[in-house]
Amino acid sequence: MPTLTAKKTSTRPARPAPELIFGDLWEFDPSPETADPKLKTRYDLFINGQFVAPKSGKYFDSINPANERKLAEIAQASAADVDAAYQAAKAAYDNVWGKLPGRERAKYLFRIARLLQDRAREFAVAETLDGGKPIKESRDFDVPMAAAHFFYHAGWADKLDYVAPGRRVAPLGVVGQVIPWNFPLLMLAWKLAPALAMGNTVVLKPAETTSITCLKLAEILQDAGLPPGVVNFVTGAGDVGAAVMNHPIPAKLSFTGSTEVGKIIMRSVAGTDKKMTLELGGKAANIVFDDAPLNQAVEGIVNGIFFNQGHVCCAGSRLLVHEPVAEQVLTKLKNRIKVLRVGDPLDKNTDIGAINSKEQLRKITAMVASGVKEGAEMFQPTCRLPPKGFYFRPTLFSGVSMSHRIAREEIFGPVLSILTFRTVDEAIEKANNTAYGLSAGVWTDKGSRILKMSTELKAGVVWANTYNKFDPASPFGGYKESGFGREGGRQGLLDYCKLI
Amino acid sequence: MSRLPITKTPKVYVGGAFIRSESARVFPLKDAAGNFFANIPQCTRKDLRNAVEAAAKAGPGWAKRTAYNRGQIIYRLGEMIEARAGEMAAALVLGGASKVAAAREVAATVDRLIYYAGWTDKYEQVLGNVNPVAAPYFNFTVTEPMGIVGVLAPEESPLLALVSLFAPAITSGNAVVALASTSQPYPAILLGEMLATSDLPGGVVNVLTGFRKEMVPTFATHRHLRALVGVANADERKALAIGAADSMKRLQLLKAEEPTDWLADSAQSLYAVRDTLEFKTTWHPIGA
Repeated sequence: MPTLTAKKTSTRPARPAPELIFGDLWEFDPSPETADPKLKTRYDLFINGQFVAPKSGKYFDSINPANERKLAEIAQASAADVDAAYQAAKAAYDNVWGKLPGRERAKYLFRIARLLQDRAREFAVAETLDGGKPIKESRDFDVPMAAAHFFYHAGWADKLDYVAPGRRVAPLGVVGQVIPWNFPLLMLAWKLAPALAMGNTVVLKPAETTSITCLKLAEILQDAGLPPGVVNFVTGAGDVGAAVMNHPIPAKLSFTGSTEVGKIIMRSVAGTDKKMTLELGGKAANIVFDDAPLNQAVEGIVNGIFFNQGHVCCAGSRLLVHEPVAEQVLTKLKNRIKVLRVGDPLDKNTDIGAINSKEQLRKITAMVASGVKEGAEMFQPTCRLPPKGFYFRPTLFSGVSMSHRIAREEIFGPVLSILTFRTVDEAIEKANNTAYGLSAGVWTDKGSRILKMSTELKAGVVWANTYNKFDPASPFGGYKESGFGREGGRQGLLDYCKLI
Repeated sequence: MSRLPITKTPKVYVGGAFIRSESARVFPLKDAAGNFFANIPQCTRKDLRNAVEAAAKAGPGWAKRTAYNRGQIIYRLGEMIEARAGEMAAALVLGGASKVAAAREVAATVDRLIYYAGWTDKYEQVLGNVNPVAAPYFNFTVTEPMGIVGVLAPEESPLLALVSLFAPAITSGNAVVALASTSQPYPAILLGEMLATSDLPGGVVNVLTGFRKEMVPTFATHRHLRALVGVANADERKALAIGAADSMKRLQLLKAEEPTDWLADSAQSLYAVRDTLEFKTTWHPIGA
């Protein structure tokens, strides 16, 4: 058969190259990122353009999950603070932001993007200290992607006539947003940027374990000269989140978090006219066919489940492997995760950082125990873990069946459940047999099969021969119990406006 | 010499068949003058579940039809109604509409179907797009029908409102289980006969008659209904939202207390098609 390029004859021996096993012989030297995160000892609420003390006068500690040391004190908001934030947001919408031409709103968002890029390293270190994610991820993904979201949406602010062909759009008013702890700054950017571009004003609550980069961003909002009240941050735990969701002022609510809480929110606002975007849990299938480039697939599987310690709603937490290559893939995976570096998140060589909180570590541990109890076979590498802080070894479960809890429930940790399949139809059936529908991955060399799988998979995002890729221009969001609405792209923007 | 006419036994159209309620219950329908007209099936929650099952069987095949084919079939439904416009208008008059208003409602219903017939092979071009991501991927967002959509028709405009609510859902390949107007159910029953001759596969549109109070709770909680569109009062909207939360059902409910002008052009929209679509984004690698 003619080919485009002449095939080179391989000079390599047929057997695989001998494995290099360093063990603990040659440890990497520590390579900590040393940029100053410029943390304050105490963070107040950000309301009406000012940092203000909470009415209760109470503060709670934010700790570094990598060593359990206190990083800063965070204001404990009350319902009265939430109300003050909404009043400020409403006044800002009525008097300033709602009247500002799109091109002027755009300039503020461009400014925010630029100022965040200026201070990117500082923010990356703060994000890693507060959340436990490896510095290479916060530095190369979270912070630059957050800036990209502001930059992308800035450009939309004066082009809203192109969002909904045939119709004109108008902002909704004040928007209430609650975000999770897995991508604190990035989620904030996902929520703020489209809401502001569309002309809404915002009250947002970050997760209680990861409030610092949110409040650092408030400094940038001040530096950018954003009019007071356009963005307000209230901090605290679930009760503050409930106050943000149940306040009468917001016309729109946007929540990212667990499906369980999403359902509670949906019930609590039943009977109101509030619009909603819910981005909830997932139990994504990452499907590997026998014709896939296996080494590349193994990297993708590792990225799919161990990225951000597996604290990813769209994590590829169910690996479906084609039977002919199942053993080969498992062997490669085991070898690969033996050399993953678990430890100090600030170390530039670290692959898997700290679990976000003690509570999450307990949940992961309990789910893993259920996997063992239900009869799946567990594999963990023997890597040493730091003595203090919250860590969990990367974990593989093979011999998992669809009825196991580890195949059905979201673990939100570095735990991969491996199942096998024989036919394309079986892969589709297994992948779709879940209440969730956020994302999926497909690994195959065949383009037509990628498109077939993408058509059949009931998921909002499908990655082919890659995993966990994000972009502000690419809409993200789920089917079924993974929530509704999209974030990013033209489709995401439409969820922050009304058609007139 | 006068002849005693043969009256029709009203049956609802479910799964491509004309059935009575599994409960064998009926309720009497009177004409505008108060004379008995016929007994209407008083469908139950079980009928609703059966209809959802029928829709689940028919839905995937309907969604896989080509957009061109779906357009022709919806157009054909318009043809079927146009051909029997007089009969349909008489059914509306029975419920109290004037002859002029009835004729106008039937004509508007046909026009609405023609409007959506034309959208089947175009909405994707307007609503989907390619996304310029900053990485070597061909990234595109396409739409998919949500699956089975529950439709709650209002009491007024018993034909036009019902069709205006389900037509955008089937335009993209959803299957529908609809509850007709309780007070004026007969046009929906007659519509079933037209659906049956329109080439629309049986089970794609299922129309039930009965009492809202009995049916609304099951519409809210049935896990296989992926979305609910329709008209509801404040109490119903709250109940539907609470029931829908458990399966994260998508709700697009108009307010019964703010009547919709179903005759107006504003009652038809591309964005009504969008309301029962999911968006799926695919990252396809670009390389040699």
